[in-house]
Amino acid sequence: MALLDRAARSLLWQELVSGFALTFRYMFKPSVTLNYPYEKGPLSPRFRGEHALRRYPSGEERCIACKLCEAVCPAQAITIESEPRPDGSRRTTRYDIDMVKCIYCGMCEESCPVDAIVEGPNFEFATETRAELFYNKEKLLANGDRWEREIAANLAADAPYR
Amino acid sequence: MSDSIKVTIDGAAIEVPRGLTVLQACELAGREIPLFCFHPRLNIAGNCRMCLVEIEKSPKPVASCAMPAADGMVIKTDTPMVHKARKGVLEMLLINHPLDCPICDQGGECDLQDLTLFYGPDHSRFKENKRTVLDKNLGPLISTHMTRCIHCTRCIRFANEIAGVEELGATGRGEHMEIGTWVERAVTSELSGNMIDICPVGALNSKPYEYRARSWELRKTESIDVLDAVGCNIRVDARGPEVMRIVPRLNEDINEEWISDKTRFSYDGLRKRRLDVPMVRRDGKLQPCDWRDAFAAIAQRVQGLPGAQIGAIVGDLADCEAMTALKDLMAALGSPSIDCRQDGARLAASPRCSYLFNTTIAGIEQADSCLLIGANPRFEAALVNARLRKRYRQGRFHVARIGAPDDLTFPVEELGLGADVLASLADGSHRLAERLGQAAHPMLIVGPGALTRSDGGAILAAAREIAERYGMVKDGWNGFNVLHTAASRVGGLDLGLVPDQGGKDVARMVKAALGGELAVLFLLGADEIEVDQLGSAFVIYQGHHGDRAARRADVILPGAAYTEKDATYVNLEGRPQRAKLAVFPPGDAKEDWKILRALSDALGHRLAYDTLGQLRARMAELAPVLAHPDVIEPAAWRSFGRKGKLDASTLVSPIQDFYRTDPISRASPVMAECSALHQTRTTTLPATGTYG
Repeated sequence: MALLDRAARSLLWQELVSGFALTFRYMFKPSVTLNYPYEKGPLSPRFRGEHALRRYPSGEERCIACKLCEAVCPAQAITIESEPRPDGSRRTTRYDIDMVKCIYCGMCEESCPVDAIVEGPNFEFATETRAELFYNKEKLLANGDRWEREIAANLAADAPYR
Repeated sequence: MSDSIKVTIDGAAIEVPRGLTVLQACELAGREIPLFCFHPRLNIAGNCRMCLVEIEKSPKPVASCAMPAADGMVIKTDTPMVHKARKGVLEMLLINHPLDCPICDQGGECDLQDLTLFYGPDHSRFKENKRTVLDKNLGPLISTHMTRCIHCTRCIRFANEIAGVEELGATGRGEHMEIGTWVERAVTSELSGNMIDICPVGALNSKPYEYRARSWELRKTESIDVLDAVGCNIRVDARGPEVMRIVPRLNEDINEEWISDKTRFSYDGLRKRRLDVPMVRRDGKLQPCDWRDAFAAIAQRVQGLPGAQIGAIVGDLADCEAMTALKDLMAALGSPSIDCRQDGARLAASPRCSYLFNTTIAGIEQADSCLLIGANPRFEAALVNARLRKRYRQGRFHVARIGAPDDLTFPVEELGLGADVLASLADGSHRLAERLGQAAHPMLIVGPGALTRSDGGAILAAAREIAERYGMVKDGWNGFNVLHTAASRVGGLDLGLVPDQGGKDVARMVKAALGGELAVLFLLGADEIEVDQLGSAFVIYQGHHGDRAARRADVILPGAAYTEKDATYVNLEGRPQRAKLAVFPPGDAKEDWKILRALSDALGHRLAYDTLGQLRARMAELAPVLAHPDVIEPAAWRSFGRKGKLDASTLVSPIQDFYRTDPISRASPVMAECSALHQTRTTTLPATGTYG
């Protein structure tokens, strides 16, 4: 009996038909793949991407050189040097992040008392050389300026849960 | 009446000495009481209310710092009432204290931060406007953020009691209370930096260190200060290759917990004007070269020269290791001319009691009468002066002075200006003779103002005579003291760095160099000599700063400063102490004894040690007292000095500018600022306060 059954399946191309049927069915379903880089998936407001240093709306940089991010960084990727600015305020003269060392844990963002260092929504910052991944203050502030709208929106969206 | 009382603390009965406060009794019982205004070395103020405890039969909590412990007291430190009181006090203090810890330099080492974490409320109920206070300008050393002040008045009490300058005070009451200098002026004390340490919050901070580093990122090295001869115990805080700040370390026998402003703030001189590469003079100009060339240039000049034509002078910051190596090297070269008394002090290398501060600094507290001979301890050894003032504040202490008058922060009886007064004291005809004779523990201090004069030897002999006549030297008490200003001096004398038979001392070496009889002069960090008067002598300068002598040098060997080497220094009491390497010397600079060891090789007289251990063994051979760090070997009393004519001219301290006495402090911009302020006495500053 079993022999007869197997012979019938084989002669009637049962596997072939069921395979084609499955393929055919998917032609009418919405596609799950994305046409990256022309299409992108959704990101959580808590997404931890490329770092940025933010400014206040007045243009004043937020970072006050408290060095909490430097202290908390488990990968020791952050280096800060500070000095009083001529107007007497506490500011950094150097703010470096080694993006190669960084493990994107988000502790710097968590520790920042003024929301200056943030991990923004950008994850597309691959470079050709290693040296380009050693970010300095200028680069981080430029990132902040570029992504401020998205970062502010993300922070606002996450604010109720903080 | 017995000397101890019984109290019960948190249910446990304990016996404590009579006369303690409740706070001290609790500490003896191992209970930690939080506090802000109380400081063991200052008077009790009792105004922060943080130390409240519950005492049975008292309806309200009691400030334990100001409450004497009494027999049978039942004290509770861990009850709901105490917890509520502490929480309330902290909430009250935080009403007006800004929450700017992230930009505050005290952040991470702040009493208010720590105590709030342990005892304070977890949130603020205060919604109204906070108070702001105009910042005061206290000079180039202390930055102020007066909004952060919690009015503990520690700084006021420090200025009045320890520093002895009544320049700080509080104006206004309650919320309007402000700490300030009444008129806007810099604090003129040489101990002012200690206010930064005792401030429990971030109201007073170090200005040179302002915003530059955080306490937790600093590498801390326990070391010894060498900018005067006191040998203050310090902690060198460094980050990477830079010394970021210097703070005091507790040592009850030397500096208690204070250090002078020069010790604390001249570290920025360690980054300026450094010699970081060997140099050789070619065609009249100093040109960088490598170590081999520098040694070759020296060898070319020195080899074949008779020892009598070679001399060596040791500077004020030299360590015992380098001095040992230099002494051995000069001996190998056959030179008898070596001298560690750069200032020309008329001191001999023996007996040891003739150049030590025999009473010891802590011993000052037993003294009841003090005679200063050409000494200005306030600027020559600030921490000795602090101890003299501490003794004065305990009462029944009489200080008399022979020499130029200056404010020492305590009253001094002036006996005269010149050394001739000593003669009448020595023969007992002086009016002070009776008082000195009655004193149980009299002491005298001979300072550099007396010893560096041409009649210094005679003054030293007269001082010995006075010491013996008035019972300053007896069983268990030695009141004869010499005050040094250079950290290397006692070590140098212990190691015997004085001219041998037929050798020349500093003055004669300089004269011989000018006259052409001395062909080679080796300066181990010696900058205080007449460098322009060395004639055509070949000058080798080994040191760390391009100061006075480096300009004249023909070869420069870059050495290490005191924060950059493991080294032994002997303080004026004769206490050997070890400084430790905190950062590495810059550039090609090396530890000093290693340079001398390498040089000896190049000169064909290899010194017999390759490691620091071997060198220290040799050092202990030359001076056995150096083998035991932190131990004072009391010097046996022996006769010394030769009587001579005493000059009637005024005894003046060689230190005319406290802030710029050595290559390091002369290179320091902060010290230059202090010096300018101090020299011109324009201590009134423009009002530059800001709200912060």
